[in-house]
Amino acid sequence: MIADLFNLFIKAAFVENLALSFFLGMCTFLAISKRVETALGLGIAVVVVQTITVPANNLIHAFLLQKGALAWAGLPDVDLEFLGLVTYIGVIAALVQILEMALDRYVPKLYNTLGIFLPLITVNCAILGGTLFMVERQYGFAESVVYGVGSGSGWAFALVALAGIREKLKYSDVPDGLQGLGITFIIVGLMSIGFMAFSGIRL
Amino acid sequence: MVEAVAATRSRDSISNTLLVAITLSLVCSLLVAGAAVLLRPKQLQNAAEYRQSIILEVAGLANSGDPATAFAAIEPRMVELSTGNYVDSPAVEGFDAEDAARDPHLGVRIPAASDIASIRRRARYAPVYLVRSGDAIEQVILPVYGSGLWSTMYGYLSLEADGNTVRGLSFYSHAETPGLGDQVDRPAWRAKWQGKKLFGADGEFYLEVIRGTVVDISRSGASDSRYQVDGLAGATLTGRGVTNLVHYWVGPHGFGPYLAKFRENAGKQP
Amino acid sequence: MSDTRKILVDPLIDKNPITLQVLGICSALAVTTSLMPALLMCAALTSVTAFSNATISSIRSRIPNSIRIIVQMTIIATLVIVVDQLLRAYAFETSKQLSVFVGLIITNCIVMGRAEAFAMKNPVGVSFLDGLGNGLGYSAILIFVATLRELFGGGTLLGYRILPLVSDGGWYEANGLMLLPPSAFFIIGLLIWGIRSWKREQVEHADYQIHEVHRTGVL
Repeated sequence: MIADLFNLFIKAAFVENLALSFFLGMCTFLAISKRVETALGLGIAVVVVQTITVPANNLIHAFLLQKGALAWAGLPDVDLEFLGLVTYIGVIAALVQILEMALDRYVPKLYNTLGIFLPLITVNCAILGGTLFMVERQYGFAESVVYGVGSGSGWAFALVALAGIREKLKYSDVPDGLQGLGITFIIVGLMSIGFMAFSGIRL
Repeated sequence: MVEAVAATRSRDSISNTLLVAITLSLVCSLLVAGAAVLLRPKQLQNAAEYRQSIILEVAGLANSGDPATAFAAIEPRMVELSTGNYVDSPAVEGFDAEDAARDPHLGVRIPAASDIASIRRRARYAPVYLVRSGDAIEQVILPVYGSGLWSTMYGYLSLEADGNTVRGLSFYSHAETPGLGDQVDRPAWRAKWQGKKLFGADGEFYLEVIRGTVVDISRSGASDSRYQVDGLAGATLTGRGVTNLVHYWVGPHGFGPYLAKFRENAGKQP
Repeated sequence: MSDTRKILVDPLIDKNPITLQVLGICSALAVTTSLMPALLMCAALTSVTAFSNATISSIRSRIPNSIRIIVQMTIIATLVIVVDQLLRAYAFETSKQLSVFVGLIITNCIVMGRAEAFAMKNPVGVSFLDGLGNGLGYSAILIFVATLRELFGGGTLLGYRILPLVSDGGWYEANGLMLLPPSAFFIIGLLIWGIRSWKREQVEHADYQIHEVHRTGVL
């Protein structure tokens, strides 16, 4: 069991890296990767949000939306699967906003570091993607926690790696037109070719 | 100016926030639920008709006149997977493999070691569709599904009376990458399955969606093209998913026991 | 140029959502392996952006600041899902092709980005045009990338054979890299280079000035 969960973690973080294998959350990935420090902040925020939202949506799916999930309420035939997308998005947006308020109130120091990144996370398709993969692959609750942590860390790891490269790149002589976004696209392309090597790993 | 500030303040008040939140949830859920409930019968009918057309297609009967008549000639039977025997209950009509898989009585958990197709649970029973020519059984069509790259892929696999030669494989539902993984729907690729063998003479499963193009055995001599299907350009993982799901469903934990009996009785009345 | 026209035309090149605003990249990578899905995605996204902008703009004065993101997301998701349900009932063939895109549209940050940046502050009419313009700007890039990838990756365009492949007795050896997602990064990166060489004002300035002596060209 523990070994299975560990495998799932490695798979979620590396083999099926949300950023470099599935290309999810690319907009934030490209926009917030200029400095390692900010990348680390956003990365931690994504890990936190992913760790909360994937299990939360797992419970919602299992006890409210799935066909037959409402059996405990005496409604065994109700199938609310069609509400899935709206609900997950709503849960993500709500949790992000609650997290923002809670941090602001209780851990202002962390809020100051993470604060500006939290609204960005709502529109990060890696977060919704994580939830949709969890539903599609029918993860149980424990697995969904591990998958949330794993996929979030994988995304954060890729982001920090890119930021590291971009920091070094500042000292390079890049042609004017390629400066900034252009060269970043090309770097991410090369990184994703590197990550393709992981797809050969079977766990 | 003063009015604008007042407007902002009332807009951000707790009561207005709650009001907007509740109204929005109500309106949106009504819209989505309304659309889903009103349109569901029509959608289910579309989906069912499409599944039928895929069954006819893997059987090679897609062009033989009226689909409803052609489909009526196919005999659906329910099979208990663990024994491979035909059973009368549950009925094929109205049987939903996904619901049954989740059901504690109708479904079983697949041991991780056997779960090649990554589907975690399956129903104890599965429908099969028999195509007859006269009295003899000509083909059997098996429902198969498993994980591709992004999604679970659902399809039908048709086998000849020897229970080993593929007649056709088609998917009726998947969400693979547009332009890459969704090439599984291309008629040219589906046609490549016809005549491929599942098992070698030693009884091992050999069929594989390879990377690249199958080279005819007479030229390569290395591996046997009878067990190989052309890969999908740029969709190696979807191809691997297809290999795995076929492997699982014809294997010992899938239709294996049934296929063993089917081969024995092939051509005879079951 | 009149204001209305500017709102519609600006996002095509001068304020392009992909190459300048860094919005909507994920789907630009996912659906550009061949031209047909790219065209479908363009049509779907342009209409969704236009209509969600108009809807959100029409109720913008009522949306409380604290929950505006949830409100926008919910409206967008509802619009997309209802349309998807309608298609599944009445245009089954089209919906089969579109099914994958539905999730991609909802999470496409162009829709959300334009709602937040434009529709929340502007009247309905221009918001609609802004959505339309940004959708078209996005489409322009997608079509460009998809054309290159399908042509060089498979030698076809919209499924029609343009370059005869070696395996079919022709002369063109298909470039498999073009079909893999990294090639989209390279193409968009080079496209940005091209656009910025033409429109100099889009060039991002380097954080450090590299001294003339150290430039590769001089040494």
